[in-house]
Amino acid sequence: MTDIYLGADRATDAEAAAVDAALRSRGVDPVVRPETERLYTSGTARRRERRHFLLPALHALQNEAGWISPGGINYVAAVLDVPPAEAFGVATFYDLFRTEPPAHDGDTFHVCVDAACQIAGYDDLAASVRAAGGQVHLGPCLGQCERAPALFVQGAGGRPDHVPADDEPFELPQAGDESLRLLRRIGVADPESLESYLAHGGYRALRRAGEMGAEAVLEAVAASGLSGRGGAAFPTGVKWRAVAAETGRPKHVVANCDESEPGTFKDRIVMEQDPFAVIETMTIAGLATGAQNGWIYIRGEYPLATARLRGAIDAARAAGLLGEDAAGTGHDFDIAIWRGAGAYICGEETALFNSLEGFRGEPRNKPPFPTTHGLFGEPTAINNPETLLNVLDIILEGADDYRTRGTERSPGTKLLCLSGKVGRPGLYEVPFGTTLGDLLELAGGVAGNGELQAVLMGGAAGSFVGPDSLGLTLTLEDTREAGTTLGSGVVMAFDTSDDMTDVVVRIAEFFRNESCGQCVPCRVGAVRQHETLVQMQRRGSLSPARRTLIDEMAEVMVDASICGLGHTAASAVRSALDLGLIASAPSR
Amino acid sequence: MTDTTITETAVTLTIDGQPVEVAEGSTIHAACVEAGIETPTLCWAENLTPVNVCRVCVVELEGSRALVPSCSRRAEEGMVVQTDTPRVRHSRRMVLEFLGSGVDLSQADDLHHWMKAYGADPDRYGDEDHPVERVEEPVKVQDELYIRDYSKCVLCYKCVEACGDDAQHTFAIAVAGRGFDARISTEFDVTLPDSACVYCGNCVGVCPTGALQFKTEYDLREVGEWRPEDQTVTRTVCSYCGVGCNLDLHVQDERIVKVTSPSDHSVTSGHLCIKGRFGWQYVHGE
Repeated sequence: MTDIYLGADRATDAEAAAVDAALRSRGVDPVVRPETERLYTSGTARRRERRHFLLPALHALQNEAGWISPGGINYVAAVLDVPPAEAFGVATFYDLFRTEPPAHDGDTFHVCVDAACQIAGYDDLAASVRAAGGQVHLGPCLGQCERAPALFVQGAGGRPDHVPADDEPFELPQAGDESLRLLRRIGVADPESLESYLAHGGYRALRRAGEMGAEAVLEAVAASGLSGRGGAAFPTGVKWRAVAAETGRPKHVVANCDESEPGTFKDRIVMEQDPFAVIETMTIAGLATGAQNGWIYIRGEYPLATARLRGAIDAARAAGLLGEDAAGTGHDFDIAIWRGAGAYICGEETALFNSLEGFRGEPRNKPPFPTTHGLFGEPTAINNPETLLNVLDIILEGADDYRTRGTERSPGTKLLCLSGKVGRPGLYEVPFGTTLGDLLELAGGVAGNGELQAVLMGGAAGSFVGPDSLGLTLTLEDTREAGTTLGSGVVMAFDTSDDMTDVVVRIAEFFRNESCGQCVPCRVGAVRQHETLVQMQRRGSLSPARRTLIDEMAEVMVDASICGLGHTAASAVRSALDLGLIASAPSR
Repeated sequence: MTDTTITETAVTLTIDGQPVEVAEGSTIHAACVEAGIETPTLCWAENLTPVNVCRVCVVELEGSRALVPSCSRRAEEGMVVQTDTPRVRHSRRMVLEFLGSGVDLSQADDLHHWMKAYGADPDRYGDEDHPVERVEEPVKVQDELYIRDYSKCVLCYKCVEACGDDAQHTFAIAVAGRGFDARISTEFDVTLPDSACVYCGNCVGVCPTGALQFKTEYDLREVGEWRPEDQTVTRTVCSYCGVGCNLDLHVQDERIVKVTSPSDHSVTSGHLCIKGRFGWQYVHGE
C-alpha cells in the first residue's frame, strides 16, 4: 500500500542531483520517506511540511534538463510527498517550464511582444536572435520596457539565466537630482556592498525602529498616509496594524517582487540597484507586525535582481542584521527567496501565496484577507519593494516631514516607469501631484515623430488617455476621478505613427494568455474579448452590436471574476474604444 | 466538505427584502435555500468544499464593489443581499453563455432551464469567418468503467476535489495548463490505468455535465438507447463489506445501468468505492 502512486519513469542522475542541490540549499534533506512515515504524516501536515519546495525543485529540473520530465516529476513527487498529477498541474501553469522534451539543448531566448517592445520592433530582435542560431520564445512583458525591445535568456544544461542588457552600465535619468527620496542611493551606493549601504545611511531606520518599538512604527506608517504602490493603493498602516493584531500563529512578511504588469520595471531597478533597502524595510515590517518570517517572491525573469537580493541577504545575515535579534532590535527575522516561473497572475497577492506554497498560482477568494489568512493560511503583510522603501523616510524623518511631499490625499513621491515614445525612457521619481505633461517633459518629451497619440497609464490593466490629458495631476484621487489609474506607475507614450489597434489587440491577447483559467468570466471572457477585437481588426470596423458585446463581457468580468486580473482585463480595451484610438480611427 | 461545526449562534440577513435567519457559519447560498430562493450552481455540491470558480451563483451584496459567490461567502449579521437585480442576472447569463460558447453543454441538464431563464445565447460569439475557440477533444475511452469527454468539461473542479481532499485522497487528477487551455489531467496525460486512479468513480458521481460518464451510460447514449425517463431507481445497501453504504441502482430494461449513492447519506456522502460503484455484474449472473 502506498499513499502516492508513481509511474515507472525515473529521474536521471543529473536531474536527481539538481533537485537535491536545490533542496539542500534550502535546508531540506532530500530523502524519500518510507511509506509508513508518509502515511503517519499524511494529509495537511505532509503538505505543510514540504510542499512549498515544489517550485524550487521544478526550477532545478527545468534548468538541468531543459524540461520537466516524467521521471523528474516522479522524483520530486517522491521526495516532497506531492502527488505527481498535482506536480504536473503546477509545472504546466508556468511559462518558464516545459513539459515536453526540448527540440534543442541550447538556451531559450525570450523576446517580449508587449506594447513597449511592440512599438520598438521586437520582431527585428527576434529575427537577429534566430539568425544567430538562438531558439526564440515570444512571450509577455519582461519588465525591461525602458530598454525595449527586451530579451531574457533562460539557461539550460545547468547554465544560469541571464539578461544581456544587464551587462550594460546602469544610469538613472535623474542621477544627481537632490530631491530624490526613494532613488537617492541608486547610482551612489554600491548595490553589492553592505559597507557602502551603511555609509549611505543604511540600517539607521531599522535601528531607529528598534528604539521606537513596534507600536510607534505602526503609528508613524499610519500617520504618513502611505498606501500600496502596486495599483490597489491600500493603506499600508492599516495592513500592518491588522497583522500586528493577530496573535498565537506564525506571521509573515512577503515582498511581492513578481512585478509583471506590462510597462512596469520600477521594482526591478530598486531591487537591482538598492537591494539592501528592500531587506532593511522588510525587517522593519517584521518588527512592526511581529512577523518573524520574511519571503521574497521574485519573478523568474529577474536574474540580476535575484542575485543582488541574495547577496544582500547573505551579507546582512553575516553582519547580524538578519536572524536572531536582527540588528540588536530584539526581534528575530530572516528572509528566504522564492523565484516565480513566468505567470502574470502570481503578482496577485493570493495567487502569489498559492504559487509560493507549491500550488497552482490561482487567486483565492477574498475574504478572508491576507492579514488574517495569507501565506500558509497565516497572518501576512505583503508589500512591493516601492511601498516598502517609503518606510525609510517615514521612520527617519517622521510622518509630518513625509507628508510635505505629494498632496494631502496622496502623500509622498511616486516611482514612474516611462517607456514608449519618450526622449529618455527610464525610472523617474516625482512627488504626487506632478502633471502628466511635466512628467513627459522631464523624460525628454514626446519622441518618435513628436506627435503624441495616447499614453497608457497603469499598464495593461490600466487605461489610455489622450493628448488632452497632459494637465492631469498624477495623484491617486485625480487619476481615479479622471477615470484612469496610476496603477503600478506605468506611463507609456505612443506617437501618431503607432498602430493602436495592434497595441490593443495585443493587450487583449495578453489577458487571454495570462488568465489563470480558474473562474469562468475571465477564462472565457478574455478569449472572447480577444476574438472580438481580432474580428474588428480584420474587418476594419466594429459594429454597434459588437461594441455592446464588448461592454457586456467587460461587465461580467468586472462584476464576477475572482481577482483583479479579470476585473481589469477590459479596462484598456474600453478606454481605447472610448477615445477613438481604435475602430473609428482613420486607416493608415 | 462543508463546515459541520454546530453553533448555537444565529445570524439574520436580508435577502431580496426578506429577513432570513441561519446558523452562524452558513453560506449565503444556504440562506437562499432557507428563504426558498432558487439559485443556479455548477461547481457547488453539498458534499464538496466550495471552490467558487464558476461564478454562476453570484449575488449582489450591499457594500461590496463586485458581486460575491453565494456558495462560499458566509452569511453575516445584517448583510443585505439581492439575488435578482439586473447586475446579477447579467453576470449569470454571461457565465452560462460563456460556458455554452466554449464547451458542449448538451448533457448538462441542470443548466438548461437556467440558460433559458436568463436568456443565455451562446451562439452570438464569432461568426462564420471568425469561429470562436472551443474545447474540442476526442473522448478518452481507456477502460470498461468510465469515459472522459473533456469537450464537455466546464472546469468546475468537482472531480479533482472528489479524487483528492474531499473524498478519495487518491490525487490521480489535477488541473493542468492555464487559462482557456486548462484541462483536468493525470500527470503527463497518462491513461487512467497508468495513473493513481483507483476507479472509485467518485469523480463521475459529481460531474455535472456528462464529461465524466459511466461506460454503460456512454455506450447506451452512443446507440441512442439512454432513456432516463424509463429508468427506475432502487435504494439498497452494498453487499460487499460491513460499512453499510447506501446504493441507488439505476435500472433500465431490467438491467443496472448506473450506481450512485445519495449525497446526503451519513455513511457515504455520495461517495463509493470501486466495488459498490462498479461491481454489480454478478446481479445479472455475469
